[in-house]
Amino acid sequence: MEGKFKINGKEINAVFSPDSVLLTLLRENGFTEVKEGCREGECGACLVLLDGRLVNSCQVLAASAAGMEITTVKGIGDIHSPHPVQSAFADTGAVQCGFCTPGMVLAAFYLLKENTEPGDNEIKQALDGNLCRCTGYVKVIEAVRLAAKRMRETG
Amino acid sequence: MEEYLNIGKSLRKVDALALAAGEEKFTDDFMTQSPLYTAFLYSPVAHAEIVKVDTFAAEKVPGVADILYYDNVPGVLHTTAGQGYPEPSPYDTLLFDRKVRFVGDRVALAAAETRAAALEAVKKINVEYKELEPLFDIEKAMDEDAPRIHDGDEYTKIPAEYRPERNLAAGIEIGFGDLEKGFSEADYIEEHVYKMHYASHCAIEPHAAVAYFDERGRLVIISTTQVPFHVRRITGAVLDIPVGMIRVIKPRVGGGFGGKQEVILEPIAALVAWRNKRPARVVFSRREVFVSSRTRHPMRIRLKTGVKEDGAITAIEMDGLMNSGAYGTHALTVLANAGGKVLPLFNKISNLKFSGRTVYTNLPVGGAYRGYGATQGYFAFNQQIDMIARKAGLDITDFIKKWHIKEGETSEVFKALGEGKEGVSQIVRSCKLDECIDAGASAIGWQDKRGKRISSGKDRVKGMGVAVAMQGSGIPEIDMAAASMKLNEDGSFNLFVGATDIGTGSDTILAQIAAEVLTVPAEKIIVLSSDTDLTPFDTGAYASSTTYISGAAVEKCALDIKDQLINTASDMLGVSKDGLILRMGKAVDTKTGRKAPFEKISYHSLYIKNQFQIQAQASHTASESPPPFIAQFAEIDVDKKTGEIHVVQFVSAVDCGMPVNPALVEGQIEGAAVNGLSYALCEEYIFDSKGKMLNPGFWDYKIYTDRDIPEMKTIVVNSFEETGPFGAKSVGEIGINGPAPAVANAVYDAVGVRMYETPMTPEKVWTRMKEAGVI
Repeated sequence: MEGKFKINGKEINAVFSPDSVLLTLLRENGFTEVKEGCREGECGACLVLLDGRLVNSCQVLAASAAGMEITTVKGIGDIHSPHPVQSAFADTGAVQCGFCTPGMVLAAFYLLKENTEPGDNEIKQALDGNLCRCTGYVKVIEAVRLAAKRMRETG
Repeated sequence: MEEYLNIGKSLRKVDALALAAGEEKFTDDFMTQSPLYTAFLYSPVAHAEIVKVDTFAAEKVPGVADILYYDNVPGVLHTTAGQGYPEPSPYDTLLFDRKVRFVGDRVALAAAETRAAALEAVKKINVEYKELEPLFDIEKAMDEDAPRIHDGDEYTKIPAEYRPERNLAAGIEIGFGDLEKGFSEADYIEEHVYKMHYASHCAIEPHAAVAYFDERGRLVIISTTQVPFHVRRITGAVLDIPVGMIRVIKPRVGGGFGGKQEVILEPIAALVAWRNKRPARVVFSRREVFVSSRTRHPMRIRLKTGVKEDGAITAIEMDGLMNSGAYGTHALTVLANAGGKVLPLFNKISNLKFSGRTVYTNLPVGGAYRGYGATQGYFAFNQQIDMIARKAGLDITDFIKKWHIKEGETSEVFKALGEGKEGVSQIVRSCKLDECIDAGASAIGWQDKRGKRISSGKDRVKGMGVAVAMQGSGIPEIDMAAASMKLNEDGSFNLFVGATDIGTGSDTILAQIAAEVLTVPAEKIIVLSSDTDLTPFDTGAYASSTTYISGAAVEKCALDIKDQLINTASDMLGVSKDGLILRMGKAVDTKTGRKAPFEKISYHSLYIKNQFQIQAQASHTASESPPPFIAQFAEIDVDKKTGEIHVVQFVSAVDCGMPVNPALVEGQIEGAAVNGLSYALCEEYIFDSKGKMLNPGFWDYKIYTDRDIPEMKTIVVNSFEETGPFGAKSVGEIGINGPAPAVANAVYDAVGVRMYETPMTPEKVWTRMKEAGVI
C-alpha cells in the first residue's frame, strides 16, 4: 500500500504492507526516535501524537493513519531549540538510558497542553502508560513538575 | 571539605538532552541499508533431542537467504556470560545444539529480506524431537535418577566444582571457626528456608545486534551490550574470526541491569553477515527477552544461626541452592556473591560456613542481574536478624549498629569467597552505615511508627521494616579499565574510555573526574566510550565497577596529562615546575603569578616548540573492592482482608563514598529500589506443568508504573573512600537488595507473619495470616 503522511510538519509518501503498524512505518522511514519496547501497547516507548492525540504507534495500523498528522518527539523541539519538557527531563536527571524518554516526553507534552498546573497524581496518571526501569519514576515526575513551572513562567 | 569544581555536582548527563530530543541512536536505529532480517525458531518442549531438522520448505519461502541450525554452524562450546577471561561460567553452550533444554531454547534461525519472510520461514522448518524427561525441581536436580541435562563435552575453564553428570553447574563450600562448637554454645537456634523467584530485567530496550562489513571487509557489530570487549573476544572465539577483524560498537543502550552482560545475539548477527556477506539484524521481541534471554536466578537459601539470649550470633551457616536453568551462565559467581556480599556484614561471627550448589534445570536461563546473588542472600539475612533482634528485645537498628562491620575492620569472608577464585583480603576503609541507619530512620519516622500496628483504615494495619546491605565496587584483581586522553587547541580534551554507559551516566561521571583533575568545567571533556576500535579496554558495566575502577583509570590518565601540561608550561614560561599548579584551565606559577592557559599550552606543544601531542593513557585494576552500604526502610499497610501490601513510603540512605554526581546516585538508588519493590511484590514468571512461561509480556508480567510507587526518599550520606577516585565508591547495584526484606520485615511488624518466599502477593500474605491464625 501507499499513503501520504504529514510527519513533524513534512509530507512524506510511504509504501507499507496492509498489516503494517504505524510504528514500523515510522521507523522504516527514518523516524527511529519512535522506539519499540514491547509492540503490545503496554510500554509507551512508541508514543506519537496522531492528529494531536496521544497513541501507541504499535497499536495503530499504518493504513488508518494515512493522511493524518503525526508528531514524534523530534517534532516538538530539537537539540538546538529544545522544548521545555525536553530540557526539564535533562535537567532533573529524569533521563537515564533514555529509551523510554521520547514517549515520556510526548506524554508530558500532551498533559501540559491541557493542564498547565498538574498535581502529582495527574502527572502519574498521564504517564502511567510509560514504563521505565531505570529511574524509579521519581525524577520523571519532578521533570514534569519543572517543565510545567517553566512553561507557566514563560507563558 | 575541599571545594570541587565538578565532583559532588549534579551536572546534566552528557547525553540527556539529545536523548530527550530523540537524537541519540540505539542499536536498532542504525540499520538502514537493506539488512537481512532474522527470526528464531524456539523449542516448544522443555527437554528433547533433535532427531531431524528439515529446512526444505523453509528455504522455498520467497526472500529467504539462509537458515542456521546445528548442522551448519560452528560447534564451539562457550559461555554466553560476558565475564573476564577465563570466564568462571561453564562452557556448556553451542550456537545451535542437537539438544533443547527449555521451552524457548534455540533450534534454528531464518534470515530473509523481510522480518515477515523470516517469521514465515521458521514456521516451515520441520523439526522432529525425541522428548526426554524434563527436570524442573531444583531439589531433585542432583538425584541419581534425575534426567541429565548436559551430557556432552561441557567443561570449565577454571578449576571449579562442575559435575554436569549430576546437573551441578557450580558448587562452593567455605568456612572458618568451629561451627558445631558455635551452635552448641548458642542459647537457641534460628533456622529458616527462604526462597526468591525468577525475574526479568525488563530493560525497556530489547536486546539487539546488527552486523555489517565496513569498506575494507572488517566485521562491525553494533550491540546493546554492557560488555563490548567481551563481545569481541567471545564472538571471535565462537566463529573463529580473528579479533582484529571485528569491531564492536556500543551506541546508546536502553538499560541493562545485567541482562545485557550476555553474548547471545552478537555471534548470530555476525554469523549471518559473514555467511551471506550482507548486513544482518537480530532484534529480540519482548516475549523473547522474557523467555530466551536471561533472568534472575531463583534461589533457595537455608540460613541457620546459633544465637545467645542477648542476640549475639555464635555461629552462622548459609546454604544456597540456586536454579541456573538450562545453561550455567554466572552459575558460580552469583552463588558465591549470595554469601560473599552478605556474610562480611556481620563480621564478628567467629564460626561460619557458606555452602552452595547451582543446578541445571529445564527452565529459562539465569544470568547476571543487578544485586547478583546479594539480593537473594540479603532477603534471608535481613529477616533472620529481624527475628533475632526481636527475640533479644532490641530495636533492629541498634542491633545492626552493634554487629555490622566498621571502618578499620575486616572479614575472613572477603578472602575466602571471590568470583571464580579465592577472594581478596581487605579492610573496610569507609563505612557510614550507622549514619545511613539514623538518617533513614529519622526520615521515615521509625521510632513513632514501628511496632505500633497503627490502623490505617478498615482492616488495614501499618508496619515498618528495615534492611541493610553492602555490595562491592568492582571485582578486585580481575576487573581492569583503561582510558586515554588528548588535549585540543581550545583547551578541551578528548577522553576515550572502554567503560560502558548503559544509561547509568558513566560517560558523565568519568568526564567529571577528568575535569576535576584538570580544573576545567566538565563540558571541556569530550567523551567517547565503548568502541573496540577507538577506545582502550574495559571489562564493562557490571559488578558496580565503573565509578571506582574506570574512574580511577581516568583519574590516573588525567594526572599524567596534568604533568605534561605543567612541564610544557614550565618550558613556555621559563619557570620551575615546582611552583606550577593547575587552576581553572590554566597553569599558574604560584611564585610569579604568571599563567599559561591550556589553549596556549596546546598551541605551543602542537605547533611552536618541542612539538608533541599532549596525550596519555592509563590502566587500572583494584586490589580491593570497597563496599558501599545502604539502609532501606519501608512503611507499609497490610490489608488483612485481602493480604494486599501497600507500600506507603520507602526511604533509602546510602553511603557510596563521595558522590561524584549526587543526582545520578539518587537515580541509581531510586531505580534499583523501585525495581526491587516491583520484584518483591508483583513480578513473577508463571510456568505451566511442562515448563512453558505463560506470561511473557508486560500485560501479564506486571512491573511497577509511576502510579505504583510509594513516596520515595533517597538520602546520600557522604563518606570518603581513600582508594577511590575523589573518594568515590560505586553504587549501581546495592539499592535493589533492601526492598524485599524491608517489606517482609514490615509485614511481620504489621501482622506478625514471616514471608519466607517472594513475590509477596496478596494470596501468599493472606495464606500466611490464615495459617498463623492472625485472621
